[in-house]
Amino acid sequence: MNHVISLLVENNAGVLARISGLLSGRGYNVESFSSGPTLDPDITRITLVCRGDDTIIDQIKKQLNRLIEVIKVSDLTNKHTIDRQFALLKLLVQPGNRGEIIQLAEVFAAKVMDVGSDTMILELTGSEKKIEDLVQLLDGNIVEIARSGLVSIERGRKHAAVSQK
Amino acid sequence: MVFKGAEMVIESLRKEKVDTIFAYPGGAVIPIFDVLFDADDINVVLTRHEQAAVHAADAYARTTGKTGVCIVTSGPGATNTVTGLATANFDSVPLVCISGQVPRNMIGNDAFQEADTVGITRPVTKHNYIVTKRENLGKTLREAFHIASTGRPGPVVVDIPKDILYQPLEETYPEDVNLQGYTSPGKGHAGQLKRAVTAVNDAKKPLFFAGGGINVGDSSKIFRNIIEKTGIPVVTSLMGIGALETKNPLNLGMIGMHGTYAANLAVSECDLLFGIGVRFDDRVTMNLEKFAPLAKIIHLDIDPSAIARNVPVEIPIVGDAKIVLEELYPLLDKKDRPAWHKTIKEWKDEAICINAYEGFNAKEDDSSYLMPYQVISTVNRTFPDAIVTTEVGQNQMWTALFWNFKEPRTLITSGGLGTMGYGFPAAIGAAIACKDRRVVAIAGDGSFQMNLQELATAVKCRLPIVIVILNNGYLGMVRQWQQMFNGGRYSSTHLNDRIKADKEDKVSPDGSPDFVKLADAYGAEGCRVRSKSELEDALKKAAALTDVPIIIDCLIEPEANVWPMVSPGAGLDEMVFCIEKEEE
Repeated sequence: MNHVISLLVENNAGVLARISGLLSGRGYNVESFSSGPTLDPDITRITLVCRGDDTIIDQIKKQLNRLIEVIKVSDLTNKHTIDRQFALLKLLVQPGNRGEIIQLAEVFAAKVMDVGSDTMILELTGSEKKIEDLVQLLDGNIVEIARSGLVSIERGRKHAAVSQK
Repeated sequence: MVFKGAEMVIESLRKEKVDTIFAYPGGAVIPIFDVLFDADDINVVLTRHEQAAVHAADAYARTTGKTGVCIVTSGPGATNTVTGLATANFDSVPLVCISGQVPRNMIGNDAFQEADTVGITRPVTKHNYIVTKRENLGKTLREAFHIASTGRPGPVVVDIPKDILYQPLEETYPEDVNLQGYTSPGKGHAGQLKRAVTAVNDAKKPLFFAGGGINVGDSSKIFRNIIEKTGIPVVTSLMGIGALETKNPLNLGMIGMHGTYAANLAVSECDLLFGIGVRFDDRVTMNLEKFAPLAKIIHLDIDPSAIARNVPVEIPIVGDAKIVLEELYPLLDKKDRPAWHKTIKEWKDEAICINAYEGFNAKEDDSSYLMPYQVISTVNRTFPDAIVTTEVGQNQMWTALFWNFKEPRTLITSGGLGTMGYGFPAAIGAAIACKDRRVVAIAGDGSFQMNLQELATAVKCRLPIVIVILNNGYLGMVRQWQQMFNGGRYSSTHLNDRIKADKEDKVSPDGSPDFVKLADAYGAEGCRVRSKSELEDALKKAAALTDVPIIIDCLIEPEANVWPMVSPGAGLDEMVFCIEKEEE
């Protein structure tokens, strides 16, 4: 089962290598990995999607916690969260089907970011499923995809501030 | 005060109360060695290989509990430390390794003697740093010493570019560290402690499983008090040897692949197994399905990731062994368990009969080869209070099984990583750490050759280390496996043709060196022994030495094996005690 693990880490050079090295060195399966800044410039948030049974996920969390630069490990699986992925899709279009594609894009709330004589770039944000669905619908037209990993945040007042550690 | 980077490194050593370092110079660390030239308060031990510097610093730390320190140069200097760092990391040894790096403006340019030290050592250290700003140097060194020595100890690498070593800065070495992602556990969870106490007090056949964490955590005293109070028997891991004295009737010895008969049976029969500072490593548990089948398991460890990794644990306790054991002591009952003690006594008696079978008690006047048991027990009688280091393989297992250890930190051995070539440099570190004690390095003829260049260091430092080579002409442990599981096909394990050589008192030219001549070449003492009486003479000579190492090259039975043995895939109670010979 996929688990979403959210980390707060010190924003040091090499911290990503340390985390990815740990995951690969111990043979853990990682589906996606995304990182970005937080309100505190010294702290980076990393969202991991990992696959494994409970014992493995438990080990992943414990091993991540051992790292000196990891400040907080939260398992967002089965929590009340908002999960998002981001995708850029480059499509080959002809004058005949451009309208149809724009219509589809609207249904999915995707934005048209670029229109060329025979190409188009769509920007889409949503759940993994939503992105997969649009990709499937446009399968014949897509020539290139750039997708981010998953990011996730818990609903409600609770927030993973460092001071709560 | 204004310190150049190199001066701050030495200032850090002084502030951390480091009086001995193990080091090897090179281009990138010349500025540090230049400061050391005038530092009369710091003893610099020059090894002959960086790997040995790390092993020696590691053993210095294991024997004293202080943080070991080594300094090496960039590139090959740093890469040579990898085996040593991994060894220390596995066995939770506090170590700070300072490595030189090429100047900052050359990093990434494939400069001469450049290596990505932080990248290479990341998976084999507790933590590592590259110092990228002069103003971070003091803080980084302070953090390195803090991280190395607290919690579950381990090695920390600090990689310092050469230009930073020259850069001056007005600086005070910091006293405090502020690491928001790092805490070290102390007291145990009250609820879990309560459950553990009830479980232990209610158990009919309880058993303690003592690991290296007791020795590392300096909790052997309180642990012994608990054993004395409760009368609960103890098994140990390899690293847990010394937590309780070998001779204590409640000590059943080591468990695992080469565990003792009584210890392995006790684990299989107990109804409660209380592991302290152990990892339940695969060489200990063997077949997990058959491990402690009747037992409820309590596991106390300072590292949460060690708990419930390999075996299901009923009562996990995260905490510092010493603090938690002190919490437990008043709560554990003194209780008679006559049936359990009777069973254990029977196993111990049976073990003596089994041992006699494999020549453990070989005849005193036996004119054939020495048996390993004879060698270990005879050396033990001459040096009963020695610190013992081992290499890895048969020599290590025989030492663990046959030596009578009295205290923690007296068996210095590479347990987790199993590093051949560890024992002799470790003996140097131990001898330097404990000038008032004799150090015995038990070695095999194979593993000794992995770091024999350190004879130069031992001679130079005038260390009366007793190097006992159990010379069987083989890489014995692998040969034993080949004998048992590969139909006696001794592929690449036969080191020399010693059987013939022995008769002519020469060593075959294409085999191992003549260790006696080797000792002589380095200015050490050396003798070759074939019998118990020759061994005793050699030990008399060794006992009288005060400032020179001695090699005692013991020609042992070439195909002597380590027994008992639990074959891979078998349960701990499925031990074998000899090679099963086909009927003729």
